[in-house]
Amino acid sequence: MSHDVILDAENVVKHFGGGDWLSRTPVVQAVDGVSLQVRRGETYAIVGESGCGKSTLARVLMGLLAPTAGHVRFDGRAVGAASGADLQVLRQDMQFIFQDPFSSLNPRMSVGKLVGEPLEVHAPELSAQQRRDRVADLLRKVGLRAEYAGRYPHEFSGGQRQRIGIARALASGPKLIIGDEPVSALDVSVQAQVINLLGDLSRDMGLTLVIIAHDLGVIRHMSDRVAVMYLGQIVESGPTEDVYANPRHPYTRALLGSIPTMGGKPDGQRSTVLGDMPSPTAPPSGCRFHTRCPHAQAKCKTAPPNLKEAGTPDHQAACHFWDTLASAPPIAPTPPKTEAAAARFALYRAAVEGGTVTHKTNQSTERK
Amino acid sequence: MSESIQNTAQGQSQADTLLSLTDLVLRFRGQANDVLDGVDLTVKRGEVLCVVGESGCGKSVTAMALMGLLPSNSARVSSGILDVDGSRIDLSCNTLPAEMRGNHVAMIFQEPMTSLNPTFTIGSQIIEAVQRHSGGTKSQARDRALQMLQRVGIANPAQRLSEYPHQLSGGMRQRVMIAMALANDPQILIADEPTTALDVTIQAQILDLIRDLRDETGMGTIMITHDLGVVAEIADTVAVMYGGQVVEQGPVAEVFNNPQHPYTIGLMSAMPQLDDPGTRLVIVPGTVPTVANMPVGCRFRTRCAFATATCETRPPLRDIAQDHQTACHYAPLETNLSVSA
Repeated sequence: MSHDVILDAENVVKHFGGGDWLSRTPVVQAVDGVSLQVRRGETYAIVGESGCGKSTLARVLMGLLAPTAGHVRFDGRAVGAASGADLQVLRQDMQFIFQDPFSSLNPRMSVGKLVGEPLEVHAPELSAQQRRDRVADLLRKVGLRAEYAGRYPHEFSGGQRQRIGIARALASGPKLIIGDEPVSALDVSVQAQVINLLGDLSRDMGLTLVIIAHDLGVIRHMSDRVAVMYLGQIVESGPTEDVYANPRHPYTRALLGSIPTMGGKPDGQRSTVLGDMPSPTAPPSGCRFHTRCPHAQAKCKTAPPNLKEAGTPDHQAACHFWDTLASAPPIAPTPPKTEAAAARFALYRAAVEGGTVTHKTNQSTERK
Repeated sequence: MSESIQNTAQGQSQADTLLSLTDLVLRFRGQANDVLDGVDLTVKRGEVLCVVGESGCGKSVTAMALMGLLPSNSARVSSGILDVDGSRIDLSCNTLPAEMRGNHVAMIFQEPMTSLNPTFTIGSQIIEAVQRHSGGTKSQARDRALQMLQRVGIANPAQRLSEYPHQLSGGMRQRVMIAMALANDPQILIADEPTTALDVTIQAQILDLIRDLRDETGMGTIMITHDLGVVAEIADTVAVMYGGQVVEQGPVAEVFNNPQHPYTIGLMSAMPQLDDPGTRLVIVPGTVPTVANMPVGCRFRTRCAFATATCETRPPLRDIAQDHQTACHYAPLETNLSVSA
């Protein structure tokens, strides 16, 4: 089965530090042998806890960091080797959305200038007027008013700034956007607006998205396929539905079991992971998760497991014992709402999506 | 008037109320609007009260005001009565006395790295807290510190005592903060986003710990969070705040299964659910207004799809079900209005 792969990473390794015979700083093994294929038009998510190497991986995929070993190919072109004009074309096709909308926008540039800057580089043939029109289009596309072009970043809220960051990423007309925690700095109500926006854009413009995140709810909602990282390696990957319904790796199970959900959890289904993540300067031997794994056996301490097909096609897990583990407890469903509450949620959705609200009663009957 | 307040306070204290806050109004110097506009909170023994809301809703300011940690020259409390441990403090002229702070009411913060002093060992910081409140010799205080570290689940507590904060992971630092806060057996623990800076697996461990300690000691907990999942996991009662007002409060099961305020409904709709992928999220339109632009009346009305001219007067927090209050003129929505496409 072959797919139209747009971004192909092969055995990517990224180590920091060490190397110098004068310094004795330990080598940080941030990414250690990651292979992944992102298909054209899909939303691919990379999930993991802090320190698992997901942001480093994103920067390597983007060509912002050179890998210590391995290759990244975008649309058939090698990302690491690109320079000069090649790199400029590559940048036009691959853009990045950063986590923090407060520090990633230059405070001294107006919104029009921020969004127009990529156009100056990638479409120098445009006249100033054409560029202004394009900026206005882009701002409208991300749900901002065209007049905002004259304002400065500090005049906007976090959600609006993230929209500016998205408009800026869209300016060059990219094929692929990598978002490093694009919504995690935002409040829930604003986060939903940006998630919807990214979904609409990827559908309408045929964009491929790579989303780096730690919020499993957000990932479930946005992505088609997901890769779970632990200490620099992918421990499980597959279609999002499948990974959430049948997590095969104990770490994925622990992650899913740890998320506080509105459904709560019956006793005994709580987190089973012990302790903290080991340091990436000295990852454990064998399976890197064995120090925290409730199912670890002798073999796990010595033999590193490879990512191999687990159960269903396209679903891979790196665990020696994935097929002998008892099936994972299902995700606690959201508790059923009362009938009246369900009606209320329906009313809310209808009203927010543009319905006409009619108030039945007068004030007198509302107060007790 | 003052007599009636006295009476209700006595009535509540019989029902094991540890702390109650009445009508807290607070304004920062130079601002035209109140940051907190009449906040009432009650915590009972052995109960976790979660205060939930988005950034800027005043949840942290409420906690800081309770603890008396706001600088008096910039934060102006114009009304507010705090009943704690049998004493009544009028927050408009007094703050929580220093001998109660950290002793009866303790607090832990979001970022354990910035709340611990990086230049002192873990041990000396806990010992200082113990000696400051309980007196005793240094070796007694050290024993207490050891005991507390053990109790919050830190391995090798004796070794950790002589380590510095940077040598500990985020989860361990938060455990140290909890150990320090609980070293003097407080009756009330105020936890301001204690797990927000932590990863989910560590967050689950810390929530378990807080739950165990509550069961063990019967302390009351006020937990401030923006995460509805955390609320569902740990809360007994929940207060939803928006724009410096409590818009809905009640037992957690009741509020989650039967939310009444449009803001609560909006927040719950906007949260991506693990068991419900794919459907388009329902949003809360707009953004939180700044304090200077806070609307008069119902502060949510500028973002509320149901708002009318009626909402320009402030809706009182009124009973809508058993122990469940909401501040909306149109609650329950399904009987008071309809929506056509």
